Amino acid sequence: MTKKIHTKRRDFLFTATYTIGAVGVGATIWPLIDQMNPDSSVKALATTEVDVSNIEPGTSITVLWRGKPIFIRRRTQEEIKEASEVDLKDLKHPEKDSDRAKNPEWLVMVGVCTHLGCVPLGEKGEYKGWFCPCHGSHYDTSGRIRKGPAPINLEIPKYEFVDNNTIKIG
Amino acid sequence: MSETKYIPKSKFGKWFDSRLPLLTLSHHLTSYPTPKNLNYWWTFGGILTFCLMTQIVTGIILAMHYVAHTDHAFESIEHIMRDINYGWLIRYVHSNGASMFFLAVYIHIFRGLYFGSYKAPREMIWITGLIIYLLMMATAFMGYVLPWGQMSFWGATVITNLFSAIPLIGESITGWLWGGFSVDNPTLNRFYSLHYLLPFLIFGLVVLHIWSLHIPGNNNPVGIDVKKNSNETMPFHPYMVMKDLVALLTFILIFFGFVFFLPNVLGHPDNYIPADPLVTPAHIVPEWYLLPFYAILRAIPSKLGGVIFMFASIFILMALPWLDSSKVRSSSFRPIYRKFFWVLVFVVILLGYLGAKPPEGIYLILARIGTAYYFIHFLVLLPLLGRYEKTDPLPMSIADPVLHKPGIVDKFKEMAGSYEGENVGTFK
Repeated sequence: MTKKIHTKRRDFLFTATYTIGAVGVGATIWPLIDQMNPDSSVKALATTEVDVSNIEPGTSITVLWRGKPIFIRRRTQEEIKEASEVDLKDLKHPEKDSDRAKNPEWLVMVGVCTHLGCVPLGEKGEYKGWFCPCHGSHYDTSGRIRKGPAPINLEIPKYEFVDNNTIKIG
Repeated sequence: MSETKYIPKSKFGKWFDSRLPLLTLSHHLTSYPTPKNLNYWWTFGGILTFCLMTQIVTGIILAMHYVAHTDHAFESIEHIMRDINYGWLIRYVHSNGASMFFLAVYIHIFRGLYFGSYKAPREMIWITGLIIYLLMMATAFMGYVLPWGQMSFWGATVITNLFSAIPLIGESITGWLWGGFSVDNPTLNRFYSLHYLLPFLIFGLVVLHIWSLHIPGNNNPVGIDVKKNSNETMPFHPYMVMKDLVALLTFILIFFGFVFFLPNVLGHPDNYIPADPLVTPAHIVPEWYLLPFYAILRAIPSKLGGVIFMFASIFILMALPWLDSSKVRSSSFRPIYRKFFWVLVFVVILLGYLGAKPPEGIYLILARIGTAYYFIHFLVLLPLLGRYEKTDPLPMSIADPVLHKPGIVDKFKEMAGSYEGENVGTFK
């Protein structure tokens, strides 16, 4: 009888020791893993302001934001028309053009293919939008995925017009 | 091992060996019994050891001159190439050495596949070997990023983005790998650190690989068990050492043929353009040794699917000792498997070719067929063959296939005649 009690007591001590040990190991390892995450100085560079007064309709510029290219395109009326007339049922990742470009003339997107991160080429591909040369994804004039391996549309970053000529990204 | 116990001759030897048995280890390694019918396909273990040592030595030297920073990495490589004494030689040996390492490891792996070296009781040799191969791929990939050329940057971008395919946690994983929002200086720095570390992990695994080899001993071209320390085996030194050296020197000739005459033929010219995060090269390709897997990645028309199939194509090999249920090891006695083996070799080479081509039209169709075949080979053909293939009768000993060849006695008589002239009559 006493023996049985002793065993239980020992089991409890073992379990408690393992548990505390596991928590300790976890707490020790976490800083070693977390140090690889984006650091404060990287996160601090979170916004970029861009002067867009020189962009003519039908042209675009590429700026760097958080190490990634941002496409800023001033679209032509044709492109806007084409983008807004697409039936949402034809889209792999259905999004309205009006939701993607608040001001239909300006399309601001992260210029990184949602497949494996290459930079798509502008005014190329079967939908006259963007075409990724790496693995053949075609995007339309709203940056929506139409054909190829990419799973979703080109990402829209957080941005706002500070005034008529300046866009603040981030 | 079944060898006789080693006792050092000298008094000091006895004293030393009883405290640190290095002499026993050395005796074990030199007298290690090897089947006497091992052919030249068995020399690649030694060649691979040479490759690993070459990469470690040249790599340590390169690390003395390389600067792991996005502003200086590309220039420091050019500095090595142009200014450092023999820097060009050491870097070309290191970069071509990676290709030669993979060439040798592919021959070594296909040798294992042909002669059934992964089967019981050698499963752990096979699995430690595959872990070495995985670490080699990770090391080579991170090493290719270090020169910070266009292919370095975009290769790193594409490969790290593979992890973004994982649902829910994918984005956090890529951020963690990059240390930022894209491949940048923190990424380069950590890749350098890990590129320096992994070869030593590989070295540790090589020790385990050889350890697990020395328990059952070598497989052999006939694939039947040999009786150790019988007339079927020979000590590793000097017999296999000399054979390995002949093969190694031939290998070195080819290796340095590349280093001196075609040092850039296996690389991509775009990697001599400094990395530019705004412009993706028109055609991104990985190094040649990763192309079959790249073809599989692109053959699947879904992001997550492609990533899963690519990793599965490597991890499926871990299960090979259990997928191939045939008890006969060597393909010499498996008439049907032997044919499928060569089809597999052809398909893997074809996938490598397709991995270098754009993923469209006929290339894409062939890549899909090749990918399907690759998985069918391991998941369907091997289990079926293990059950239904009628194998040829196995010889009683490894000497049988040589001694019992038709006409072998006549041949001996003829040879003896040419040496001994008239006395040939006494040879029976």
